[in-house]
Amino acid sequence: MRAPESILPLRAEGLGFSAGGVEILRDVALKIEAGAPTLLIGANGAGKSVLLRLLHGLLAPSAGCVFWDCASDKAARHQAMVFQRPVLLRRSVLANTLYPLKLAGLPREACLARAEEALALVGLADRVQDPARRLSVGQQQRLALARAAALQPELLFLDEPSASLDPAATRAVEEIVLTLARRGTKIVMTTHDLAQARRLAGDVVFLHRGRVLEQAPAEAFFREPATEIARAFLRGELVW
Amino acid sequence: MNDLASAFATALGLILSLDPGVLAIVSLSLRVSLAALILAALLGLPLGALLAVARFPGRGGVITLMNALMGLPPVVVGLLIYLLLSRSGPLGSLGLLFTPSAMIIAQAVLIAPILAALTRQVLEGMWEEYAEQLRSFGAGPWRAVPTLLWDGRFMLLTVLLAGFGRAAAEVGAVMVVGGNIEGFTRVMTTAIALETSKGDLPLALALGLVLMAIVFGVNALAQGVRGVASRWAG
Repeated sequence: MRAPESILPLRAEGLGFSAGGVEILRDVALKIEAGAPTLLIGANGAGKSVLLRLLHGLLAPSAGCVFWDCASDKAARHQAMVFQRPVLLRRSVLANTLYPLKLAGLPREACLARAEEALALVGLADRVQDPARRLSVGQQQRLALARAAALQPELLFLDEPSASLDPAATRAVEEIVLTLARRGTKIVMTTHDLAQARRLAGDVVFLHRGRVLEQAPAEAFFREPATEIARAFLRGELVW
Repeated sequence: MNDLASAFATALGLILSLDPGVLAIVSLSLRVSLAALILAALLGLPLGALLAVARFPGRGGVITLMNALMGLPPVVVGLLIYLLLSRSGPLGSLGLLFTPSAMIIAQAVLIAPILAALTRQVLEGMWEEYAEQLRSFGAGPWRAVPTLLWDGRFMLLTVLLAGFGRAAAEVGAVMVVGGNIEGFTRVMTTAIALETSKGDLPLALALGLVLMAIVFGVNALAQGVRGVASRWAG
């Protein structure tokens, strides 16, 4: 129930992607609406990360299209992405957070206020002057989240944000994700961790071998998946 | 052996007494090489950064050419600048031949390809790492150039030091276009070459010691800067 100028819903139709003659995604159709987080789940190599990059516009689809509920340049300004391995600039924690804000052309005071607010949100307020790349892996991922959150995107893509983190750091990341979701940021996140998907998901998109097999509310999906492959995946079998 | 020892002692005396002749030569050397470094950096750094981010047909050829130019023999650079600046040459009317300006131009031409090639090497890896994230922020390759130059600032400082060391230590180019005129275009390297051939070992040794100290100092500085760079690169 967003304001009328929302960039959502986001729709994909007939989306396909091939690289070097290998088909990675085929005929993907999905609709992402405002609300609780959407989790893209599936085995490694199912095409989750590629789908995220197609939706975010980092990759150009070989087939099909991504549609926004607005002009695409406006959509680009209202979304952000955090990668599995955070790419931090060789600058201080604060300068990293300020970088995309300045790039977006925000006035100086607004940049500083947003950056400090975002760093406080992820618990890095006391590290603002430290070199970003000297932080621990968990802190680096929290900084990447703060940097994206400071942009106040309507839609935030997260590509396995806790894949290389220990349980404590994973928990910290999940708390940040839930906080952002409560504030009205639409989260679209990949994970291969089913327990994490259960903790975070409002709805689930299940991918298998480059195809979307199911898109359903999380509760229904986890109670009774519609396909045999998803049932096997939920039982923890190796479905590749 | 005694000759050598006494030459060495006289050389140290020249340095410690701050002999005006030695000082003038050292100071001209530093001014020429520093000016050449600035000129070459203004050209080489942005060029290297652009080559790191740009993808165009023939890019591989440009990089190969630039790497080859890193090995330009100083005398050949001197000869080319000499031909350009000599009275009958295309830029002869400027009257720059056998002036410090000519020496600055020659050294700048010598080290600009070095700066550009090393800058590209340093920034290309960084661009591969940053590209996707910067694109997500809405920054394309052009906007990335200043970002990369800033984030590579410490590594680029070592590149500049390497360029300065090369310029200060070369003899061929400044000899050909400067003419080694005493009190006007005589720098450390050309003075060493001349005084050695004349048999005035103390002055040559004194200048040699100063030059060595500068080269060592530059390398020590580069080492220190690399330490700082790794702190920020994590």
